[in-house]
Amino acid sequence: MPSSLSTLGESTVTLPAIHVRDLRKTYVVSEREAGAVAALRSLVYRHTQTIPAVDGISFDLAPGEIVGFLGPNGAGKTTTLKMVSGLLHPTAGQLTVLGHVPWKRERAFLRQITLVMGQRNQLVWDIPALDSFELNRAIYRIPAADFRRTLDELTELLEIGPLLRKPVRNLSLGERMKCEIAAALLHRPQVVLLDEPTIGLDVTMQRRLRAFIAEYNRRYGATVLLTSHYMADVEALCRRVIVIHRGRLLFDGDLSALVQRFTSHKTIVVQLRDCLNDLHSYGEVVSCEDGSVTLRVPKGDTARVTERLLADLRVIDLTVEDPPIEEVIERVFEQEPV
Amino acid sequence: MNGLVDVYVQQFKTTLALQVQYRAALVIWVIGHVLEPLIYLVIWSVVSTSTGGSVGGFTTGGFAAYFILLMLVNHVTYTWIMYEYEYRVRHGALSFALLRPVHPIHSDIADNVSSKLITMPGMLLTAVGLALLFKPTFHLVPWAVVATLPALMLAFLLRFLVEWTLALAAFWTTRVSAINQMYFVAVLFLSGQVAPLSLLPHTIQVAATILPFYWTIGFPVELLLGRLTPTQAWTGLVAQAVWLTLSLVLVRIVWRAGVRVYSAVGA
Repeated sequence: MPSSLSTLGESTVTLPAIHVRDLRKTYVVSEREAGAVAALRSLVYRHTQTIPAVDGISFDLAPGEIVGFLGPNGAGKTTTLKMVSGLLHPTAGQLTVLGHVPWKRERAFLRQITLVMGQRNQLVWDIPALDSFELNRAIYRIPAADFRRTLDELTELLEIGPLLRKPVRNLSLGERMKCEIAAALLHRPQVVLLDEPTIGLDVTMQRRLRAFIAEYNRRYGATVLLTSHYMADVEALCRRVIVIHRGRLLFDGDLSALVQRFTSHKTIVVQLRDCLNDLHSYGEVVSCEDGSVTLRVPKGDTARVTERLLADLRVIDLTVEDPPIEEVIERVFEQEPV
Repeated sequence: MNGLVDVYVQQFKTTLALQVQYRAALVIWVIGHVLEPLIYLVIWSVVSTSTGGSVGGFTTGGFAAYFILLMLVNHVTYTWIMYEYEYRVRHGALSFALLRPVHPIHSDIADNVSSKLITMPGMLLTAVGLALLFKPTFHLVPWAVVATLPALMLAFLLRFLVEWTLALAAFWTTRVSAINQMYFVAVLFLSGQVAPLSLLPHTIQVAATILPFYWTIGFPVELLLGRLTPTQAWTGLVAQAVWLTLSLVLVRIVWRAGVRVYSAVGA
């Protein structure tokens, strides 16, 4: 990876694999009121609005680092990943990946990166994955021996041996995702961008994919930037996380510090006959609708509060949940804006 | 270069594997390609017979030869890219193509050529069947047969580039079908598909020689039939080369502009 190292006098300086400074992306969207009159008016005049999807974020990723990229829906995560991969042209700011400017999509750059989008497929649907792999071998000009070796390794790590000769359309979601990831990594990219790679997968499959990503990173020293709504993915893989919200950087640092915040509270949903006012003594009342009360309580108090609720009230149903990631990040945003 | 050959070979194998999966679709596709020229062939045969066996220099057998060859030439130069691009742009399939270190046009050309090679035996068999049925009269001229080969290759490349460029309209509009419709009407009348160009009004003939459509279908057919003089053949080959050069320039400009739009509004 020649672009990541440079010699400066006597000392060797490691350049970041991904370098982002004041990165911005704005979309111009047209909007109009509902109704026929507004529709006719929009034929002549279109009202447009500029929406900042990414609003001046900065971070660096060192070679070989795995970083979790978190934020609620619409936070700007996918937009950022697409800019890093070269699919989107930034509106402003600096962005280099392995020393390349991504949007120029130079071949030398494209051969060193990969983007996996959990909700999109690159494998040809009607033929076995192995045929798509062969096509990728030709496209990425992978020497035959390297291709064979990498394919053997990926087949073993992902346990996809029996799947390779079946048409992709006959595979389950999890099996397909594993084949998608293998296809994306055949050329051994140095930068791996994963956008919700475990979305829709069952817990076992999620765990296997996580183990695989960690192993790929360890074996090839690849830099990994990963978005996920599953905190388990992030906890298992990333020491460092970057949180963005409404296009702005909210947190960049050790996961442990953020995890503490993530799991500092639990949500208790109690189904009661009536919506009572005095539940404030049990915890923070988030909502109270149709006899269903949502309480937010410190994690350490969960067992005690649950016990009290069951003892004191006529409870029809009670569930204890981790707060949704969007809610937690929103709270972080409210409490500690950077 | 070797790398690109490998891409073409692999794309051929992929397309072959895909086509084998859908044999019924393949047969329906071939039938569709046979039906249209067959309808024109039947109409013009009837017209020719009812007007004493000849219309505008074409005998009944001449019409049969024209439309049977037109069916084959149209098959060689046909593309379906304009139907596909909107889907690619709207559903983000283009994103994967953009992230690959090979220009997406290569896999489209390879895919097109592969499909043609696979379906060609079926088309040739059909042509033989139609020849037995309609008794075409061919007056093959050796130099014209030889000249048809480069003309056919240029016709394929020219039509491919023109339609690939038009398909890129999907970057700007979601109503690509309206553009496609306009284009197909133009092709129908100006390429010689609905009738040999010499039977159409003078203004249409002039328009057809200026525009690229005739050079992609009608010209190779008339050349192979031996209906053109050497001067007309040379003029045609030059016209094809000029249009091909213009299309190459245009496709680069439109592609760059389209990708800029794609990467500005989101993929």
